[in-house]
Amino acid sequence: MESLLAWGHYLAGITWIGILYYFNFIQVPFLKVVTPETKAEAFKHLVPNALWWFRWGALFTWLFGAALLMNQHRMGSAFLLQGPDAVIGMGAWLGTIMLLNVWGIIWPNQKKVLGLKEATPEEKAKAGRMALLASRTNTMLSIPMLFFMANSGHASGLF
Amino acid sequence: MGNPLDTISGTITAGFVLTVVLYFLVKALV
Repeated sequence: MESLLAWGHYLAGITWIGILYYFNFIQVPFLKVVTPETKAEAFKHLVPNALWWFRWGALFTWLFGAALLMNQHRMGSAFLLQGPDAVIGMGAWLGTIMLLNVWGIIWPNQKKVLGLKEATPEEKAKAGRMALLASRTNTMLSIPMLFFMANSGHASGLF
Repeated sequence: MGNPLDTISGTITAGFVLTVVLYFLVKALV
């Protein structure tokens, strides 16, 4: 059970964070330099697909991670940052904030940007800025999040 | 000074700084 949950956590996590890095390091700079026609095509046929894998990847990463912690009976001690479980707990807190950013800020704002939800041009511009900042915040948070996740075992000797 | 999140390099730098800060915080808790 433990191995299956860990496997699911990594598969979904790579999907999520891989697309997060694609958005920030590749797609945003690309969309800044292309023609309005190309941008419209991307918004219609590329971005919605990427966002689908992104937001469901995020949810399943969290669910598999939470199931792993519950399976190990350390969900409480992790989120309360108690003793050695503070290491995975900090990773879990950062991951949780990132998940809330995806579903609470990035996705609702992207729906306005993509035209899936009614918005004036001003609202669209504001939504784009909010989504970008939330996405950049998640990119920043992913750096310590992965540090704590990767070093939560006893073998690292860092803590 | 602008928002560090406006650039990719600023975002990555902020991530490394945050890692160091949180490392010492967690080390104190463990």
